[in-house]
Amino acid sequence: MSGITFDIAHLLAGSLVLISFMMLYQDRLFALINVFALHAVVLALSVAWQAYIQDAHHLYITAAIALVFKAIVIPVGLHRIIQRLGIHRDIETAVGIGPTMLAGIGLVTLSMVLMLRVTPEADPLAREDLAFALSIILLGLLVMVTRRNAVSQVVGFMSLENGLVLAATGAKGMPLVVEISVAFSILIAFIVIGVFLFRIRERFDTVDVGALDDYRGERR
Amino acid sequence: MSGFSFDAVAAILFIPAGAAAILAAFPNYRMTAIVNMIASLLTLLAALSLFVTDRPAPGQYLIVDDLNIVFIVLNTFVGFTTSVFSASYIAHELETGRLTAPNLRFYHAMYQIMMFGMNLAFVSNNIGLMWVAVELATLTTVLMVGIYRTHEALEAAWKYFILGSVGIALALFGTILVYMAAQPVVGEGTNAMVWSVLIEKAAHFDPALLSVAFIFLLLGYGTKVGLAPLHAWLPDAHAEGPTPISAVLSGLLLNVALYAVLRFKLLLAASPQAIGPGPLMVTMGLTSLIFAAFMLYRRRDIKRLFAYSSIEHMGIIVFAFGMGGPLANFAGLLHMVMHSLTKSAIFFAVGHIAQVKGTQRISEIRGLTESHPGLGWALVIGVVAIAGLPPLGIFMSEFLVVSSTFARHPWLAIPLVLGLLIAFGALLLRLTGLAFGEPRGGMAPVEASYVPMYSHLALVFAAGIYLPGPLVAWFQHVAGILG
Repeated sequence: MSGITFDIAHLLAGSLVLISFMMLYQDRLFALINVFALHAVVLALSVAWQAYIQDAHHLYITAAIALVFKAIVIPVGLHRIIQRLGIHRDIETAVGIGPTMLAGIGLVTLSMVLMLRVTPEADPLAREDLAFALSIILLGLLVMVTRRNAVSQVVGFMSLENGLVLAATGAKGMPLVVEISVAFSILIAFIVIGVFLFRIRERFDTVDVGALDDYRGERR
Repeated sequence: MSGFSFDAVAAILFIPAGAAAILAAFPNYRMTAIVNMIASLLTLLAALSLFVTDRPAPGQYLIVDDLNIVFIVLNTFVGFTTSVFSASYIAHELETGRLTAPNLRFYHAMYQIMMFGMNLAFVSNNIGLMWVAVELATLTTVLMVGIYRTHEALEAAWKYFILGSVGIALALFGTILVYMAAQPVVGEGTNAMVWSVLIEKAAHFDPALLSVAFIFLLLGYGTKVGLAPLHAWLPDAHAEGPTPISAVLSGLLLNVALYAVLRFKLLLAASPQAIGPGPLMVTMGLTSLIFAAFMLYRRRDIKRLFAYSSIEHMGIIVFAFGMGGPLANFAGLLHMVMHSLTKSAIFFAVGHIAQVKGTQRISEIRGLTESHPGLGWALVIGVVAIAGLPPLGIFMSEFLVVSSTFARHPWLAIPLVLGLLIAFGALLLRLTGLAFGEPRGGMAPVEASYVPMYSHLALVFAAGIYLPGPLVAWFQHVAGILG
């Protein structure tokens, strides 16, 4: 593999990890969603580049899904929902930004050490993609556990899923990638609609998951 | 002959899928409940026909082998009896206005899609397809858990959704890693995801990559099995959804995820240098067992009580399969079947009890054997069975688990027996309050069919007294495959 194709793939995957870090310290919902849209655009570029260098045309479909659905439709939809719900105030992060960033650095180190150690013989590009993908997945999980707001948990889940798509496209010739990305899009659409329905039916006064805990059956 | 037997597999998949389309189209709830039953019965018959017809050669997507037939038959059987129970349960919910006719149309269609997803997960020979099928089954159950649209139901559905999605995401990462491990040996393309190809060549896979993959798969699918500490969704989802769904969650969906774990365990066992899957599964199984056993004491909600009991039993089953070897695998398999039958029977009883008493709080339900003898005694038999008392089937499988543990790792038997005893105490303590004493709560007679409940319990009882020879031989054979 020539140097420049590898470098571009590496650059795009690395940018995804950096953007995941950017999500960790956003304290406003709109900003968080904008960063997520950027994440999805970079993912689309990365997948398209993989499609080009692997000569795998079906991956262009995955790239298009990432671009249209995740970078445009979902962020626009979430913006609308947030406005309708009137929750464009600060995100209450459950953990402070400093410790979160430190935890994020720790997770990225962990995934690098783990994935690079267990894949010494794999194709170097796939290997680094896998390490970056695991970092993105773990950072997505971190976003989910440090936020208490349902919308930002959804954003965390979507960034986690972007990591999975990166891993799947990095694995050369993997079948069913397109099908899986479609399946995930449906899943996410369900989640987003769910958040919307929660409110539209006015069953909850807030989309703060902490408030939902009060309805736990055990406290009756 | 092979053409005919392929039809059996197709029937298992297409009957539920077709029925879902029909059920979504018709608004009449009485008719849809019957159509739901008929479709489930036909699926069961198609599944049974797998025993007698020739099996198709494993394809790139579908497979039928000795292992998954057990799961498919159990799945379709409990699916059918639950549809019978569901018909009477749902009629009552409609009378009390908790559900409306459009809800039911949706409910029945989802029930069949769920059966389709679970059957597809069992027959899939492709680890990617299996993942998609498990996701489909999860999504449909999420929608059904939230069907009452109350605060609690929506919260339970949301929690189940988020935790289930994270589990599913981890499982997908594990699946990708398995593909990465297989790709240098098998070559690119679909073949590197076909289970029957993978198992033949697993010895040549990179052991380190395969080991990491298994850890992700165990955590991912383990979330869906309800293993501690990933079980948080399970009690809420059981308690807040309609009771037929609690029955299929405990009796069937947990098995689907368990089946996925077992398939990957086999893959790992075929690669001598990879980490042993046993110790991981033994640890998670024991943790779940002991944790759930203690949690049983603090429950105030009857459905939550039995949800924790499901965590406990899945812990025992995973422990048994983690131990491995012919005897422990046999015990695990038997325990899985017995648990599915008993736990769904208990949920059938609990569903009717909660309806006549109008509450799920344990403290408000007393003296069931006096006020409703049919239900009360079914609950007594069910709880006695699930607590592991002789002569019922679970006693036998638990006895086999314990004795095989004593034979091979005596130290592990101490926490195992401790967990079993703690859970036993908690269940009997609750049972005496529920079943005996001065009756309390609603006294209205039950309009319910006892057939599904008692047929399950009769099977469990029969299995405890005498297991037919061919069944034992079959289970021994499958236990041998599981290594």
